[in-house]
Amino acid sequence: MIEAPDLSLAALAPLLFVFGAACLGVLVEAFGPRERRHAVQVTLALVGTLGGLVTSLLLAGEREVTAAGALAVDGPAVFLQATITGLGALAILLFAERSLDPARSAFVAAAAVPVGSPRDRELMTAPRVQTEVYPLATFAIGGMMLFVAANDLLIMFVALEVLSLPLYLISGLARRRRLLSQEAAVKYFLLGAFASAFFLYGLALVYGATGSIGLADIRAATTESGSDVLLVLGLALLIVGLMFKASVAPFHAWTPDVYQGAPTPVTAFMAACTKVAAFGAILRLLYVAFGTSEWTWRPLVYGIAIISMVVGAVLALTQTDLKRMLAYSSIAHAGFLLTGVIGLSPDGGGSGLAATMFYLLAYGLTTVGAFAVLTLVRDGDGEASHLSQWAGLARRSPLTAAVMALFLLALAGIPLTSGFTGKFAVFRAAIEDGAWPLVVVAVLASAVAAFFYLRVIVLMYFSEPAEDGPTVAVPGLPTTIVLAVTVTATLVLGIAPGAVLDIAEQAAIFVG
Amino acid sequence: MTDFPFLLAMIAVPAVGAAVVAALPRGSDELAKRLALGISAVVLLLAVLATVAFDPDGERFQLTMSASWIPDFGVDFALGVDGIALVLLLLVGVLVPVVVLASWRDTAPGRRSMRTFFAWVLLLEAMMVGVFAATDVFLFYVFFEAMLVPMYFLIGSFGGPRRQYAAIKFFLYSLVGGLIMLAAVIGLYVVSTSELGQGTFAFDALRQLDIDPGVQKLLFLGFFIAFAIKAPLVPFHTWLPDAGAEAPIGGAVLLVGVLDKVGTFGLIRYCLPLFPDAARDLAPFVLVLAVAGILYAALLAMGQTDLKRLVSYTSIAHFGFITLGIFAFTTEAATGAVLYMVNHGIATGLLFLVVGMLIARGGSRRISDYGGVATQAPRLAGVFLIAGLASLALPGTNSFVSEFLVLVGSFPAVPLFTVLATLGMILAALYVLIVYQRTMHGPPRGVLLVDDGTPEPAGTDGATATLTAPAPARLRVRDLDRLEMAVAAPMVALIIVLGFYPQPLIDLIEPAVAATMQDVGAAPAGIAPATTDAGGTD
Repeated sequence: MIEAPDLSLAALAPLLFVFGAACLGVLVEAFGPRERRHAVQVTLALVGTLGGLVTSLLLAGEREVTAAGALAVDGPAVFLQATITGLGALAILLFAERSLDPARSAFVAAAAVPVGSPRDRELMTAPRVQTEVYPLATFAIGGMMLFVAANDLLIMFVALEVLSLPLYLISGLARRRRLLSQEAAVKYFLLGAFASAFFLYGLALVYGATGSIGLADIRAATTESGSDVLLVLGLALLIVGLMFKASVAPFHAWTPDVYQGAPTPVTAFMAACTKVAAFGAILRLLYVAFGTSEWTWRPLVYGIAIISMVVGAVLALTQTDLKRMLAYSSIAHAGFLLTGVIGLSPDGGGSGLAATMFYLLAYGLTTVGAFAVLTLVRDGDGEASHLSQWAGLARRSPLTAAVMALFLLALAGIPLTSGFTGKFAVFRAAIEDGAWPLVVVAVLASAVAAFFYLRVIVLMYFSEPAEDGPTVAVPGLPTTIVLAVTVTATLVLGIAPGAVLDIAEQAAIFVG
Repeated sequence: MTDFPFLLAMIAVPAVGAAVVAALPRGSDELAKRLALGISAVVLLLAVLATVAFDPDGERFQLTMSASWIPDFGVDFALGVDGIALVLLLLVGVLVPVVVLASWRDTAPGRRSMRTFFAWVLLLEAMMVGVFAATDVFLFYVFFEAMLVPMYFLIGSFGGPRRQYAAIKFFLYSLVGGLIMLAAVIGLYVVSTSELGQGTFAFDALRQLDIDPGVQKLLFLGFFIAFAIKAPLVPFHTWLPDAGAEAPIGGAVLLVGVLDKVGTFGLIRYCLPLFPDAARDLAPFVLVLAVAGILYAALLAMGQTDLKRLVSYTSIAHFGFITLGIFAFTTEAATGAVLYMVNHGIATGLLFLVVGMLIARGGSRRISDYGGVATQAPRLAGVFLIAGLASLALPGTNSFVSEFLVLVGSFPAVPLFTVLATLGMILAALYVLIVYQRTMHGPPRGVLLVDDGTPEPAGTDGATATLTAPAPARLRVRDLDRLEMAVAAPMVALIIVLGFYPQPLIDLIEPAVAATMQDVGAAPAGIAPATTDAGGTD
C-alpha cells in the first residue's frame, strides 16, 4: 500500500496561490468574455503574484522539508520566492501597460497569424490584445518558485520545465518586429531544450553515482564516497543546465538575441525573475547537495565567474542596441553573483548566501526599472532602443533621463545606490573566503562595465538631440507604479540597506 | 557650542540646498545663484565656527559624532576632524562661494540651465565635506566614489568642446582607482574581523591593527593606486590635463583645488597610519614617482599651448612636492605638505580663476592668442602675476612657506630626492614667468586685437597672424570689474596673509601630523625646529 506523502499546506501556500491563479487564468481564457478578459486576467495575475508575495512573507522563519522530502521551505526558499513574486508582479504591471503603444499593447493580437499577411497588418492596429501572456507568465512564476524550493533533482527538473516552456512562448509574442521575436523564441527554445537535456543527463549520472535524487541523500553519499568520476561529471552537467538559465557565460549565447527579440516587458521579466530563480537553484544545488565536496565545484565556478564577468563586460562595449547592451550587462552581473556564490562556506559561516540573495533582489529591481524606461522611449516604429536614438534625451525629458541615469549608476555599482551595496556584499563574501584574485578581476570588470553604462549617460546628457529623435511616451499607471517602486528601492537599498540585509542574513540558512 | 554637530550641518546644508536649487522652476537662474551663494556662505561660516570650537591641543579627533548606518557591514556614519581635515574643510568653505561668484555670469552650453550647475556644485560641496570629515573608512569610500557623479556632470554638461571625452576619462580613471581601493577596503575589514573578532571600518580601531607585512603591502597598494590616480601622480596623471582643460572654470577650481587633495589627504590619513610598514618599505618608489612628477610635469607645463592645460600640469608638479613631503616621514615635511595642500588650493584656484577671466574676454584658450594685455587691463595682469608668483612659491606668498617646510623637512631624511625636487622650483619660475610675459606683456597681439573698431570674431584659431596685420590694430580689453575683483580679492588676501602669518594654520596641522608620524613610527624629532623655522620665515 502506498502512503500519501504528508503535505504541509501552509508551507506550500505561496506556490498554491500562484499556481491557482494560473489555472484560473486558463479557465478565464477559455470561457471568459473577450471584452472583459484583459482586465480579469491582469487582476488575476496580480492577485496571484501579490498573494504569493504576502504568503511567502508570512512564512518567514519557517524551516521544514515537506512533500516527502521533495520541497524545502527554508529561509533562502522563502526569501527568493518573495523576491520572485514581487518582481513578477512588477513585470505583470509592465505587461498590462496599454497607453504607450498606439496599438495599445506590447503583445501581438493573434500569434498564429503569419507575419506580413493582410490579416496581420489588420490586427496590427486592432484594439484586440493577447491575454494568454498573463496565465503563461503566472505559470512561469510558479515554476520559478518551485525551482528555488526544490529539494530533489527531479522536482528541480520539473520546475525548470514549468518555468521555461511559458517563457519560450511569450518571448515570441512581440507586436512589432514579429519575425525577430519569433526567431528569438525558437532560438531560446532550441538552446533551452539542449540545456534541459544536459541537466537531465547530469541528473542521471548523479543518480548512478549516489543512488538518490534527494539533495540531502546526495550530500550524505558524497560525504562517504568522496570523488567519483560519475559524480563529478554529473555535477558538471547539472551546473551547465542551471548556468544556461542564469545566462552565465560561456552558456550565454541565447541571451542577447532573446533579450532583444522578446517584447520588452518579457525581457524585464526574464532578466529579473529567471535570474533569481536560476541562482536560487544553483545555490541550493551547490550548497545542500554538494556542500561537502566543495573542492569539485569551486574551481569550476571560479573559472566560470571570471569568464562571465569578462565576456559580459567586454562584449557589452561593442553593442549599439540598449536591449543587447543590458543583456551583456546581465551576463557580467551573473559573474558578479558567482563571486558571491564562491563565498559560500560549507560550515554555514560564510556571508556569501545572504550577499548573493541581496544582490539578486537589488539587481532584479534595478533591471526591471531599466527595461521599464526602455519601453517609454519610442519612435513611429515602436521602441527606440538603438543607442544613437537616445542622444540628448535629457533635454527632451529630464525626468526619464534622470531615472535611467540612476538605474545605470546602480548597475555600475556607484555608492548610495543598491548596486553598490550588492557588489560590496558579494565582494566581501569572496574576500572573506580568500578569493581575492577573483575580486580583483571583478573590480576590473566593473570598471570596464562602468564605461558602457556611462556612455548612455553621456549620450542622454551631454549630446545634442537629433532632429527626428524618438519621443518619450507618458507612462500609464502600471508603468508609473513600476518606476516609482524600482526607483525607491534602488535608492533605499543604497542609502539604508540595513533592514533588508538583516532579513537576508537571517534567511541565509538552508534546511538540509 | 562644541556639542553642535558642525560636520553634519556642513554636509546637510549644501546637500539640502542642492535639492532645493535643483527643484527651482525653469528660468529662475538668478534666484538659484543667489541661493547657492547664500548656502555656501553658511557652510563657510560653519567651517569657521568649527575651527573656533576646535582645540588644537586637545584630542586627535574632535567634533565627533557617530550613528550606526549598516550594522551588517559594521559601518557607522562616523564624522570627526583632526587638524589636517579641518584646514581642508576651511579650504572647501572658502573656495565654493568664490566659485559660485566666479560662475555668476556664465552661460551654459546648449539650452542647459545654470540652475543645474549650482545644484551640482552644492552637492559636490556636501560630498567634499563628507570625504574629509569621515572617520569610518567605508563612509570615506562612499563619499570618495559618489563625489565623482557631480563632477562628472559638471564637466560633461558645462565644459568645453571636448567635454564628453574629458568627463568620461575623468570618471573612468577615478573609478578604476576607487574600485581597486574597494577591494583593499574589504580586505582591511576582513583583516580586522580576524584580528578583533568583529569586523570594523572605524579608523581609530583599524589604525591599531597589526597586519602581516605581505598583506599590508597589497592593501597599501590598493589604497595608494586610488590616491595616486586622484592626486594625480605621474604616471597616473593623464586624465587631469583633459579634465582640467575641458571643465568649466568653476569646476576646474574645485577639481584641482579640492578634489585632487582627496588623493594627498588619503595618503597621509589612510596609507601612512594604516599600513606603516608597507609605507616605509615602499617609500622609495613613491618618492621616485613624486620627484619624477615634479620634473616631468614642469617640463610638460612649459611646452603647453593651452592656458588651462598649463595650469593643470603645474598642479601635477605641485602634487609631487606634497607627496615628497608626506613620504619623507618627518613631522616638519608632512606639516609643510598639508599646508601645501591648502596653499595650492588657493594659489592654483586663483590662477584658474584669472585664466578663466582672460579666456572669457578672448574666447580662446591658446596662449599665443594673447599678448600685451597688461597695458589695457592692469588689474587683470596684477592678479595674474600674484597668482603666478604664489604658484612658483615666491617668498611673501603663501606657497613659499609650505614649499620651504617641505624641502627643509625632507632634506635630512631624503637628501637626494630633495635636491632633485629643488630643480622643480626653477622650472616653476620658468613656466609661470614665460606664460605671464607672453600673455600680459610684449607687443599687443591675438584675439583681443580690434581692427578699426570692428571686433574680430572671438575664438578663431591661429590668430597669431594679426601680429603682422597691416591694419592699425589696437588692443581692447575690459579690465576686471567689481564682480571679478570680488572674486579675486579674498584669494589675493589669503595668499598674502598666509604668506606672512601661516602660524595659525600650522598650529592646527602640526599636532595631527605629529600623531600620524607616531603611527608610522617615524622619529618624533624635529617638531620644535619645524615651528621655529616656519616662524623664522614669516
